[in-house]
Amino acid sequence: MDRIPILRMGAFLLVTIQVDLYDRLALTLESDLVQMVNKTGAKGVLIDISAVSIVDSFMGRIIGNIASMSRILDAATVVVGMQPAVAITLIELGLPLKGVHTALDMEKGMNLLKSMIHIPQEDDDQDLTTDDSIAE
Amino acid sequence: MTTKTSLLMILSLSKDNIQIVREQDSVFLKNRVKEVAVKIKMGLVNQTRLITAASELVRNMLRYANGGNCLIEIVSSGKINGVRLTFSDKGPGIPDITAAMRDGFSTGKSLGLGLPGTKRLVNEFEIKSKVGEGTQVTILKWANG
Ligand SMILES: Nc1ncnc2c1ncn2[C@@H]1O[C@H](COP(=O)(O)OP(=O)(O)OP(=O)(O)O)[C@@H](O)[C@H]1O
Ligand SMILES: [Mg+2]
Repeated sequence: MDRIPILRMGAFLLVTIQVDLYDRLALTLESDLVQMVNKTGAKGVLIDISAVSIVDSFMGRIIGNIASMSRILDAATVVVGMQPAVAITLIELGLPLKGVHTALDMEKGMNLLKSMIHIPQEDDDQDLTTDDSIAE
Repeated sequence: MTTKTSLLMILSLSKDNIQIVREQDSVFLKNRVKEVAVKIKMGLVNQTRLITAASELVRNMLRYANGGNCLIEIVSSGKINGVRLTFSDKGPGIPDITAAMRDGFSTGKSLGLGLPGTKRLVNEFEIKSKVGEGTQVTILKWANG
């Protein structure tokens, strides 16, 4: 059966939707994501829809559901890369995606997520040891 | 010029009939609609509006009438071209169209956005339905309307 892959990255789950979804695929993604948030205790969900050309009322509702169910499980949801034409159409359709945070791209979405959630840390001032990103 | 008379002057330039039986057929339909929209150089936002509208109407047809038929036409008013889609089914029909066209009305425990939302996305919208016989919804989007 077709499935949209979900990647785990630290406290976040990442989903990149590369195809236009039909309803059953969207429903599977919804339940997979919610289960995964529950199982991993993820603090944030990032959904990249930059390759999606159509979001209709069903798909919009699924995105809303993912956000509200994740919220109950204490995770924030950010939708990334919505095409302007899709945003315009959603508003005219009458589905303004209330309660769903959006960001222009992955990086901004990631920053937004980080700012929204609280990851327990020792001391923010001491940034000598914690940075494990690529050092050149 | 009123809508009625302008509708009479619309010429159909091409026809394509698509059967809708399963959910995956809607993916195929949306691709065909996209093709004809691109062919008549419809702007991207209008393409998106049209395909989203089609998506709503196919879902209704599948959910409430077990599928049906969609006629895709390229039409012309002389000056401009457009895409006309006619969704026909032999489902149960809609007893109260005025109610069904209202935002929030749903017999499917849903949002009730499909029909009224679709109407907002297109230039022409017509719905005919007879209980026990079926439903026909026709929408038209001009290339740059
Ligand atoms: N092809 C159809 N055959 C029979 N009844 C229909 C058909 N299309 C729509 N309806 C009826 O009209 C109502 C309104 O349709 P509409 O698409 O606006 O909302 P919905 O499908 O209930 O919810 P949403 O589209 O927001 O998920 C439906 O609940 C259904 O009762
Ligand atoms: Mg509907």
